[in-house]
Amino acid sequence: MSTLVLVLITGAGLGALYFLVASGLSLIYGLMHVLNFAHGAFLTLGAFIGWEVARRLDTATWSTFFVSILVGGAVGAAFAALTELALIRPLYERHIEQVLVTVGLAFAAVALYQGIWGSDPIYIDSPPWMLQTTDVLGALVPNTYWVLMLAATALLASLVIFLRFTRYGTIIRAGVENRWMVTALGIDVRRAFTVVFAIGGSAAGVGGVLAGHYTGYVSAYLGSSLLIFAFIITVIGGLGSLTGAAIASVLVAVLQQFANYYLGGTGDIIVVVLLAVVLLARPAGLLGRAS
Amino acid sequence: MSNEPVLTVEALHASIAGQQVVEDVSFSVPPTGITALLGRNGVGKTSTLRAILGLISRTGAITLAGERIDGMRTHRIVQRGLGYVPEDREVFSKLTVAENLTLAVRQKSPRYELVDSLFPDLVARRSQAAGTLSGGQQQMVSLARALLNDNTILLVDEPTKGLAPKLVADVTVALEEASHLVPILLVEQNLEVVKKLAGGAIVLSGGRVVHTGVATEILADEALTHRLLGVGSATGGAAI
Ligand SMILES: Nc1ncnc2c1ncn2[C@@H]1O[C@H](COP(=O)(O)OP(=O)(O)O)[C@@H](O)[C@H]1O
Ligand SMILES: [Mg+2]
Repeated sequence: MSTLVLVLITGAGLGALYFLVASGLSLIYGLMHVLNFAHGAFLTLGAFIGWEVARRLDTATWSTFFVSILVGGAVGAAFAALTELALIRPLYERHIEQVLVTVGLAFAAVALYQGIWGSDPIYIDSPPWMLQTTDVLGALVPNTYWVLMLAATALLASLVIFLRFTRYGTIIRAGVENRWMVTALGIDVRRAFTVVFAIGGSAAGVGGVLAGHYTGYVSAYLGSSLLIFAFIITVIGGLGSLTGAAIASVLVAVLQQFANYYLGGTGDIIVVVLLAVVLLARPAGLLGRAS
Repeated sequence: MSNEPVLTVEALHASIAGQQVVEDVSFSVPPTGITALLGRNGVGKTSTLRAILGLISRTGAITLAGERIDGMRTHRIVQRGLGYVPEDREVFSKLTVAENLTLAVRQKSPRYELVDSLFPDLVARRSQAAGTLSGGQQQMVSLARALLNDNTILLVDEPTKGLAPKLVADVTVALEEASHLVPILLVEQNLEVVKKLAGGAIVLSGGRVVHTGVATEILADEALTHRLLGVGSATGGAAI
């Protein structure tokens, strides 16, 4: 019983981390039809810069932790907005070239990070509470998972509010449905592209800092390994569907944890099987629109 | 009052996916009333409008109220006062009626009074998702989006397509009223509607302009309408 609780809660926490990455991918794809392979690079930079800031402050306190989260988010947003302006925008409407340029940037960024911070993991400090556990029905849940869940819930809530109640949010929802009609109402839809990149990048940057505390280290490969699962999640949830991404994040992570505990560490294989099953049964994903 | 055309199109060529769909089209739209753009299905009427808006790649000279717009991007052209009501309505189906309208607003005091008086059906449906409206109501949303702003010209593409006769009449009345405020270039297959509304008419065939004149005179010429529009008195003249 306590193992089951542990698997469920850690699954939800890992899902929360996945969602921080997948939400941006999903928004970007939904509006721009670009699979952004550079998303992991945003995450990794957020993690490194967040750590660089933290180690110059008082490392193991909450205030340092929050500052590094803010810095990670800002760095992710800035890197993503720059990527959109400098690399994606000049290739307007050329989707294959846009995807290729994000692949190139992903490789280049990892090489750059290795050059600056080396190839070995850098172990980081967390506020002491995050390293402790909380007893839930006999299961000792590491507190990091609560932080992850809180962050993802806050992100989901702010995204929903942003999309529903702001003008840019309305433009983005309209653009996901019919982009040319948005321009035919006199709106420069490209500005919304930069905005979704910035939002996705900031979620990834925050995700990077949190991923560091989750794994206990930062490394040049942090983003790439999470990105693979995030892609699978966006496809399972339905490309372009934020709710789909949220549901799929938890589904994938819980299933992964289950398989890891009960089926001898086969979590990653199970995820690929789930992907295949969903693609066969519902090619557009759980909440995707058939096109 | 000046009689300078509000919109002139010269030697317009446009292509979709490398295929030429508009070939050397030239015409001008007078600054008042409704001008009809006619022609059989597939002659390139919709493509002509989309080319004017820059939604498909085009060459040629397009002048809106004295200003060249053929080098501009779509949103700039619309901001210059060209309102567009596309074929098949193209409302944002997941957005509410209110959101569809707000998104279209480009000026400080939008003409909500006008829109509410023309389309009273929409008033009580502001918070309904546009995708759940009937085809006629969606057409009203699409027209309302253009009428909220003070435009220099409206391009309206087949606003009565697929509507029941009662709704065709409603839309006709709305267009008639709107035409007192803004000149309209109207693509319309329902020739009864054209007869009621249009002053001038431009007829396309095979991606080119083959005839220009007074709408009622063109429609009175049976041989011409049969040849160019594929209809004659025997078929009742209109696809109602
Ligand atoms: N998206 C498209 N892809 C390829 N060809 C198209 C497309 N849209 C229209 N066409 C072609 O362009 C020509 C003109 O179409 P259109 O402008 O829609 O005509 P109309 O509005 O007069 O019925 C037609 O031959 C049509 O088949
Ligand atoms: Mg058409």
